[in-house]
Amino acid sequence: MNLDFSFLDTSVLSSYILKGFVFSIQLTLIAMVGGIVLGTILALMRLSGKPWLVVPAAAYVNTMRSIPLVMVILWFFLLIPLLLGKPMGAELSAMITFTLFEAAYYSEIMRAGIQSVPKGQVFAGYAVGMTYSQTMQLVVLPQAFRNMLPVLLTQTIILFQDTSLVYAIGAYDMLKGFEVAGKNFNRPVETYLVAAAVYFVICFSLSMVVKRLQAKIAIIR
Amino acid sequence: MAAWDWQVFCKDTITGEVAQGCFGQGGDITYLQWMISAWGWTLSVAGLALVVALIVGSLIGVLRTLPNKWLRLFGDAWTELFRNLPLLVQIFLWYHVLPGIYTPLKELPGFLLVVFALGFFTSARISEQVKAGIQSIPKGQRYAGLAMGFTLAQTYRFVLLPMAFRIVLPPLTSESMNIIKNSAVAFAVSVAELTMFAMQAQEETARGVEIYLMVTLLYFISAFSVNRIATFIEAKLRVPGLVGAK
Repeated sequence: MNLDFSFLDTSVLSSYILKGFVFSIQLTLIAMVGGIVLGTILALMRLSGKPWLVVPAAAYVNTMRSIPLVMVILWFFLLIPLLLGKPMGAELSAMITFTLFEAAYYSEIMRAGIQSVPKGQVFAGYAVGMTYSQTMQLVVLPQAFRNMLPVLLTQTIILFQDTSLVYAIGAYDMLKGFEVAGKNFNRPVETYLVAAAVYFVICFSLSMVVKRLQAKIAIIR
Repeated sequence: MAAWDWQVFCKDTITGEVAQGCFGQGGDITYLQWMISAWGWTLSVAGLALVVALIVGSLIGVLRTLPNKWLRLFGDAWTELFRNLPLLVQIFLWYHVLPGIYTPLKELPGFLLVVFALGFFTSARISEQVKAGIQSIPKGQRYAGLAMGFTLAQTYRFVLLPMAFRIVLPPLTSESMNIIKNSAVAFAVSVAELTMFAMQAQEETARGVEIYLMVTLLYFISAFSVNRIATFIEAKLRVPGLVGAK
């Protein structure tokens, strides 16, 4: 077996891979920001103690968490056009899907984060005359967020890995870019190997960052 | 949205006619039969991969707690490698790359390659839990074993592992539920499992909602059954005297 990587020059990289790489990063960032915002709202709903908020939030989170991501991607790709009455591109559909799907996972992390803040902090907020939303915004959520930062980032690494599953609806992400290049140059073995290397370098270095962050946060406490 | 059409499951996959009694005759199959066989594939892939993952994951997890520096390094490297590659990429590596590098693998059916891909991917997560489980046991127990004259292997076999495995059972349960969900990725290399069925049947019949609903339900049922079985095993194996023991 002779491996030949020479065809992967800058012009091939920029014409095949770059577009997919940008989409993968875009998808990750959008789903991360959207997922954390939605997830925090879901977590607050679940911790509110009001059944009409707790039940739907819990049902949403548990449903999303028990369906394979590939099926969720397929579901949204099928349902969104049915509901809107017009077709939707795979890329946009993927962004909506990942945001809504990751919200379920981020909400579990934020729930643990909010619960990790001592109750006394909440009472202290009320005691100085803050409302519920002020206490949450100014006292509880900043601490919850900081405590959970390493876990949120780890989830984001998993999210980045999972973006490759848009393969199911044919969206053009980084893996797809490598695959197409491999087919066109008849060098699939090489392109898959390079794709694996790129994913590994990105995920491994991010997880090293998370490790250092974890140590740092532990010292501050 | 159009009305429900559940009859789609009784349709013959070739002629598209509704079959009598919902089961095809003379070698033909209906979508219902296809779906049941796809469920079987999902469960087989997930089940076999779980066996691979438990064996390899436990082994690597133990390696990562041994006194030997090189074995620990090997275990750590293994875990980092399989944890930092997307599952889909790993499946492609097993399916497209490894048989090209090591030709005898071409003889193996694609189904087995996916089992190994999914099993090794999950082994990284299991090794992490086994390692944490062993490390959560007080150091004194390891020393006590060695002081009694046990060899290192005996200390693991009789002192550390019986405790560690019972400690890591709950996280292993969620891993076994994850492996059913993750087996859906096998669609990418044309293993005839549930997600593959969902995609193809949706395309052929255009009754996507009904088909996706049934497939999702089957995933629910599978994961829920694993959860029940695991809860039963956990209750049986609980360490007396620990928190949560009856």
